[in-house]
Amino acid sequence: MRTRPATRAAQYVAVVAYLIFLGFPLVWLISSSLKSPREFATIDPTFLPKAPTLANFTAALEEQGLVRSMLNSLQISVATTILVLIVSLPVAYALARFRSRLRPITNGWILVSQVFPVILIVIPLFLILRPLHLTNTIPGVVIVYMVWSMPFALWMLQGYVAAVPRELEEAASVDGASRLRTIVSIVMPLLRPGLIATAMFTFISAWNEFFFALVLLQDPQLKTLPLVLARFVGAEGQVQFGPLAAASVLATVPSLVFFAFLQRRLTSGLLSGAVKG
Amino acid sequence: MTTQAVAAPDTAARKPPGRGTGRPKQNREAIFLFLPALLPVLLLSVYPLVRGIALGFTDARAGLNVDTNFIGFGNFAKLLHNDLFWDSFRIGLIWTVSVTVLQFVAALGLALLLNTDIKFRGIARTLALIPWAMPPVVVAIMWRLLLHPTNGPVNDILQGAHLTDHPINFLGDFGTALPAVIVVGIWVGMPMTTVTLLAGLQSIDRSLYEAAAVDGAGAWAQFRHVTLPQLKTVIVAITSLDMIWNFNSFGLVYVLTAGGPGGKTMLPMLFAYNEAFRYGNFGMAAAMGDVMVVIIIVFLAFYLRNRLRSEA
Repeated sequence: MRTRPATRAAQYVAVVAYLIFLGFPLVWLISSSLKSPREFATIDPTFLPKAPTLANFTAALEEQGLVRSMLNSLQISVATTILVLIVSLPVAYALARFRSRLRPITNGWILVSQVFPVILIVIPLFLILRPLHLTNTIPGVVIVYMVWSMPFALWMLQGYVAAVPRELEEAASVDGASRLRTIVSIVMPLLRPGLIATAMFTFISAWNEFFFALVLLQDPQLKTLPLVLARFVGAEGQVQFGPLAAASVLATVPSLVFFAFLQRRLTSGLLSGAVKG
Repeated sequence: MTTQAVAAPDTAARKPPGRGTGRPKQNREAIFLFLPALLPVLLLSVYPLVRGIALGFTDARAGLNVDTNFIGFGNFAKLLHNDLFWDSFRIGLIWTVSVTVLQFVAALGLALLLNTDIKFRGIARTLALIPWAMPPVVVAIMWRLLLHPTNGPVNDILQGAHLTDHPINFLGDFGTALPAVIVVGIWVGMPMTTVTLLAGLQSIDRSLYEAAAVDGAGAWAQFRHVTLPQLKTVIVAITSLDMIWNFNSFGLVYVLTAGGPGGKTMLPMLFAYNEAFRYGNFGMAAAMGDVMVVIIIVFLAFYLRNRLRSEA
């Protein structure tokens, strides 16, 4: 089917408009992170920095608390990811392979936990964790993240498990391998891409998370990167745009790495399971 | 690949179980695999969900050693006469519906373009996904830089084009704050919707278009009579999920405006958060959450009805 020239032209205008709307904010953020304070002071901001400098990045890294908050975020995200994988993989296996009565219950829980307003969850969580002395601690945040990252991890993982041919497992069990042995030496290796994708997804959602951390962490020593960045903005009037932009760019780097890995898979529709039924 | 993978569990369920494995044995084995997850999920998810709903019917307050009493519908009776609460819900609904509808239209347009053989498809697809991976706090900071009254490029461009003669404080003026926040909401929400719609478009059978073209249908008629009906299930699903996610939105607007100026962008989540953690009224905040749940159930009903129908 041929496209008429007029339609083609309109399509290009539309694509360019989308590119500007989606891309311009990002370019501006990166460009801001490379501008000197003097350039921010000019009345006419330019699109690209006249004299690019990395001074903002060093300034941001010297900023009180920023590096510490990055380490906090890193610790929390790594611990969450490991725990989520350990706990979710057996469940995902059971969901994909057994027609157990727990299946509809778990899928119901996954859906409910995706749509429930978090304000109703965070108050009881706060009340449960406080007597256990887990509010204002990193382990407290990690277990909360673990439980609340599980629904999506399960959703992804059970799909990957289901894609592993059953016949391989049957063949292994005919050869006398136990269920555990089969899982470890047949299913796990085949699941590797799925496990990596799920791990990255979990890491990023923990790295980006804001609300639970805001409520559960008050100690300045323990604050995560999003909390520190948000407070950075709060000080209106004396806010330094350059270092703020630089810190924001740094905070986005892990997501971009993840994204570069997963782009192909993501475009084929992460949500299609939820959508197609 | 993921398209099949994620959709697969439902087909797997319909397959007969493997040879020689009866249901009771499967149940026992399944429970064993569930065990490590069970305690944390019960303690930190299921129990808080139930307790959160129940808290709305109490006068719970922050602070240790505070008595909590069951007060029935007391909180809800108070909410009925709380104008600020109604304002916040009105703002929440304007935000939810505007963001969802506008983002859907924008995402459908982009998905249709990405589904053609146009150039720049790769870069547009990449750009369309980045907002989704960024931390919401960073997105908010970025847009505060963009919309800044004196240093922001948006004002610079508007003034350069003589569309305005004075800098506009987009996030600080009563009239512009909510629309500005909605634009940011669209920017953030577009990726997920675009990707989902694109997956839907790609699964439409090409021969339907060929048949329509043979019958003399033009581009618009094909869109109207082939694309839209074929995409209906996907559209209803992603729109109801978007509605719920936008209605529950918190971090983005918290950092952009913190609900200001003068409460003009006070989404229900922000309002309930302040009630709980600024004023310490846990019970009242939970009651607001309960009202939100009722609204979410309405959106959810659309999603589930659609899902059941597509399975039938």
